[in-house]
Amino acid sequence: MKYIIAIIQPDKLDAALDELEKREVHLVTVSNVMGRGRQKGISEVYRSHKEVGSLLRKTKLEIAVNEGFVETTIDAIIKSTGTGQIGDGKIFILPLEECYRIRTGETGSEAIG
Amino acid sequence: MVFLTVIVFSILSQPVSADETGIDSGDTAWMLVSAALVLLMTPGLAFFYGGLVRRKNILSVLMQCFMAMCLITVLWVIVGYSLAFSDKSILGGLIGNLKYAFLANVGFEPKGTIPHQLFMIFQAKFAIITPALIIGAFAERLRFRAYMLFLGLWLLFVYCPICHWVWGGSKGFFGLGAEGALDFAGGTVVHVNAGIAALVTVLVIRKRQGYPEKISPPHNLPLAVLGAGLLWVGWFGFNAGSALAANASGVNAFVVTHVSSAMAGLTWVVLDLIRHKRATLLGVITGAVAGLVAITPASGSVNAMAALAIGMGAGIIGFIAVTVLKPKFGYDDSLDVFGVHGMAGMWGALATGLWATSAVPGNTVNGLFYGNPWQVVIQLKAIVYTIVWSGLVTWCVLKFVDLTVGLCATEHAERVGLDLSDHSETAYTIMD
Repeated sequence: MKYIIAIIQPDKLDAALDELEKREVHLVTVSNVMGRGRQKGISEVYRSHKEVGSLLRKTKLEIAVNEGFVETTIDAIIKSTGTGQIGDGKIFILPLEECYRIRTGETGSEAIG
Repeated sequence: MVFLTVIVFSILSQPVSADETGIDSGDTAWMLVSAALVLLMTPGLAFFYGGLVRRKNILSVLMQCFMAMCLITVLWVIVGYSLAFSDKSILGGLIGNLKYAFLANVGFEPKGTIPHQLFMIFQAKFAIITPALIIGAFAERLRFRAYMLFLGLWLLFVYCPICHWVWGGSKGFFGLGAEGALDFAGGTVVHVNAGIAALVTVLVIRKRQGYPEKISPPHNLPLAVLGAGLLWVGWFGFNAGSALAANASGVNAFVVTHVSSAMAGLTWVVLDLIRHKRATLLGVITGAVAGLVAITPASGSVNAMAALAIGMGAGIIGFIAVTVLKPKFGYDDSLDVFGVHGMAGMWGALATGLWATSAVPGNTVNGLFYGNPWQVVIQLKAIVYTIVWSGLVTWCVLKFVDLTVGLCATEHAERVGLDLSDHSETAYTIMD
């Protein structure tokens, strides 16, 4: 089991979720985050004060998957959010030790999907 | 260059009369307050709409409302007031001449019992909010520069003519003036007008991406409620101020405005409970606004009991327009401008022809329920004329704007949000 964390551009969220749905990856957690890569992004202008290089808005996706779904999940995210420009984001793969479904008490691969 | 032009014009303005005989200080005091109340409706509208859109677009809505306050005001004092309210018409009564351009001949002499300039500035607030209403239809996708151009052209070519026919022309346009249609505070001039313009706009521009399945709910309902509250209170200036005096007619307008709004809100709550099993806050504020819209043309000629009926009708019609018509026909009227202002406005204009009574102070015309079936016909005429002119000319303005600067934001800009793409600003920071 793996835990996948993807940091993507906020305007790509709908596209990413659609693509994941298509590949039967339904369960996901989404959050609004601030982050910084090497990009400049759209700098915000408050009364002519330009902010460049400081924290910018990103969207974080967190998905727990069984081994068999790792490839397709990564592929879905890259395909739907990648534009070739700086700022597309990153995907991190973490090993997932255990997973529980609270309602039923199932564990492991059963509990994930 | 523009700066120099403005300086030159400001020096050249003509001296005006400050004759104070005939001015009633009570009326003037009330009208000063009224004008301020009507202006308050525009920021109120801004928050009402702003709370209903997604968080990435709230600034664009607020910005568009504030730009209306700025641009319309400037156009109004330069030429708009004259086109709408000059006592000499041109083109067969279509529009006023330029007698009052640059506020020439607009001084402090009485117009009624208040100074002329007060009447002018009171009317300016109506001219501001009418196009601002349309914002709700194209919210979240019309780009800013298209909006600015649309705003100016719409004022001059749609609002000023209709205003001139119903309120401004000495004879009116084919009987739509003083002796014809009853439109106390703007049922046709403001609400049907904006409502139809909204519908036409919605049919011309593209839908928002993801409509209807993926559109997020209102991002800040408390702001929308605040806006609705400001609208309700401001509407007392809108309707009661249209008496142009602090008198019984104004009192009647004040009372019926409040009653209609309350009844409409209540009606919407009941309908919500029946259809959705839950009374919603969004429902009650939308209902209240529908009630305010509907009573607008009738506020000078109907009594409080009629207001109960008119408010209930507004709630029912608005509810059906929003929950049945819109999903059925699938048009993306983002914030239900047609459903609430257009439909409730038409109901109100019609209802005026039903419930008008000469028992109301300041009114001499009776409606159907008081023995005169012909007023309904005149009201229908006014509605139809407004629909035709507003619909056609709005369409032309939109096409012109599309050809010159392009109407909609790019798909990328729409996804990022208009706040960032049009204004490089965000409303809410996440940290600090």
